[in-house]
Amino acid sequence: MKVAKVCIVTLVAAMLVFTAGISAAKTLDDVRARGFLIAGVNGGVFGFSMPDKKGVWRGLDVDTAKAIAAAVFGDANKVKFVALTAVQRLPALQSKEIDVLCRNTTQTLTRETVNGLNFCHVNFYDGQGFLVPKKLGIKSAKELGGATVCVLPGTTTEMNAADFFRKNGLKWKPVVIEQTAELSKAFFAGRCDVLTSDASQLAAHRSVAPNPDDYELLPEIISKEPLAPVVRHGDDQWYDIVNWTVMALIQAEEFGITSKNVDEMLKSNDPGIKRFLGVTPGLGKALGLDEKWAYNIIKQVGNYGEIFDRNVGPNTPLGLKRGLNDLWTRGGLMYSAPFR
Amino acid sequence: MEQATFETNIEDVKPPATSVGVIGWVKQNLFNGWLNSILTIFTFVVLWKIVPPFFRWAFIDSVWNTTGQACRHAAGACWSIVSANYRFIIFGFYPYDQQWRPFLAMMILFGLLFYSRNRKHWKKSLGYAWILGLFTMGLLMKGGLFGLVPVETTKWGGLPLTLLLSVFGLTAAYPLGVVLALGRRSKLPAIKVLCILYIELIRGVPLISLLFMSSIIFPLFLPEGITINKILRAQVAIILFTAAYIAEVVRGGLQAMSRGQYEAAESLGLNYYLTMRLVILPQALKIVIPPTVSILISAFKDTSLVVIIALWDLLKTTQSVLSNPEWMGFSREAYIFIAIFYFLGCFSMSNYSRKLEKELSAGEESR
Repeated sequence: MKVAKVCIVTLVAAMLVFTAGISAAKTLDDVRARGFLIAGVNGGVFGFSMPDKKGVWRGLDVDTAKAIAAAVFGDANKVKFVALTAVQRLPALQSKEIDVLCRNTTQTLTRETVNGLNFCHVNFYDGQGFLVPKKLGIKSAKELGGATVCVLPGTTTEMNAADFFRKNGLKWKPVVIEQTAELSKAFFAGRCDVLTSDASQLAAHRSVAPNPDDYELLPEIISKEPLAPVVRHGDDQWYDIVNWTVMALIQAEEFGITSKNVDEMLKSNDPGIKRFLGVTPGLGKALGLDEKWAYNIIKQVGNYGEIFDRNVGPNTPLGLKRGLNDLWTRGGLMYSAPFR
Repeated sequence: MEQATFETNIEDVKPPATSVGVIGWVKQNLFNGWLNSILTIFTFVVLWKIVPPFFRWAFIDSVWNTTGQACRHAAGACWSIVSANYRFIIFGFYPYDQQWRPFLAMMILFGLLFYSRNRKHWKKSLGYAWILGLFTMGLLMKGGLFGLVPVETTKWGGLPLTLLLSVFGLTAAYPLGVVLALGRRSKLPAIKVLCILYIELIRGVPLISLLFMSSIIFPLFLPEGITINKILRAQVAIILFTAAYIAEVVRGGLQAMSRGQYEAAESLGLNYYLTMRLVILPQALKIVIPPTVSILISAFKDTSLVVIIALWDLLKTTQSVLSNPEWMGFSREAYIFIAIFYFLGCFSMSNYSRKLEKELSAGEESR
């Protein structure tokens, strides 16, 4: 017993020492010395991070990581992707295996505090919704009393659905299916009346329906899933860089700067745009980056709107509308703090 | 003379038509009793219900080279998921224009394995050939010399990764397992206790937990800035795990040896090493070929568990293709495709073990 106790104490002490050591280091210097950024991604979510036929990474999270590389190195391709499972993602960040985590991770209080992480600016607002066949004639989730609901087990999705039905005093019967592919098969085969998941995922499911127009998303979104890039606690400079990289993507869209017109925009008379693109120096130095950092991001990766359209927008299999992810000027939540 | 004619007469009389030829065979093997007749009919009905529809689905109604959208209107199998994505399924993230390198490396591996099948080729030169082959394969995969572009291990995936994990896993685990088995039977208490502890600890946990530890807990204990290659970590976990199981099988073989063998070796004046090397192990290992091979086969299949630590082996690359909306829902076809690879691997292992068993016991039977 005594030996075991000593072991545990040493173990905990060792972990503390290492975590303390980890948080003191400067990520930006490490990344520069290494010559490339290492980003943790999901790897299995179409539109967010997934390899294409040739093994090239594509997606919204992938492009966010590329933007960070463009800001740091002036080259969006100086980034390596590590695919991580849901369990692996936080330890991988804590143990410094990766510099930044762009893996559709929901910002929560405990993750920021207990796990010692910082969530940067949100790059996608998701939320849980319901997909139903049109022929049921249901117009609101409040009418779902007594429905059988297909859901993935062990996720917050299941708990959110349970909370929703309890709160509204509705009866429901969950049909729990482990595999995503099987889930949509079961739904389209009619084994359940409703399919519930994150709205972005429901769009993917709907796109593989035998006849997508027979199904529709109900207006209710029953949970908040702000997905954001994550960095370690204790390195404020690195946090600033990642945070302001995401904001630069949003601000560029607000300014109307795209990857195509960014060179013309260099000649703009707008003092805001001049500061933003580094024509008037100052912002780059403040972050510890090149003055052209924002120019490089927009030139090589594009603004937020371009990234959204390319990966999940109406012309992709997901066909998502901007919704919450639209600019604040158009009624969405994408809002950047001022660049000055 | 009279006897001879008598014999020919008997041979001239043919057996009744119902007991020879096709009818005879059918009667004797399929309908020799009411129970067997029922079983035969039942089997035929089941086969008739399964085989033609499957054949129809897989070959007649199937589509082979279309897009995912076209597949949704096909009545049969959608093999297009394989033909459109086979390079990603097999090679994973390996740079597209460099994929000839893992292909060549795999061909070298198959060639060496095939050549080593024959025991007559087991000479010193074969050892050198393997060393040279392994070096070439490593060079092809990793690059960096002779003008080959370097490719880091994080980009290795698909079939080459599965083969790497299993071939190295199995070849390293086997000798380690033998040493552990000998250690467990050792008369030196320290070694014995260590080996027992190791074997029982490893056998007491599932492979998944070992893989988790290697990929999630282990890195937290490393000094800052040091990361050990993910593939290497998984590889070591697989080796440690398989070795513990092999050790127990080999111990079974050692215990089956009669005391007489040990005494005979001792009376010849052989020391411990020579006793084991010349007398005990050759016999003991031969006895345990069947259980050893079944462990190797299950270890080969277990390498697919690295999916859960996000290594992109054959299974993971397939799953990735399946989560693309274009190909979502064609899991049957994709899984059948990779099942073929696993089946070929397992079947050739068990086939070879039977051949080896036969060859090794040939001497015994003629005695």
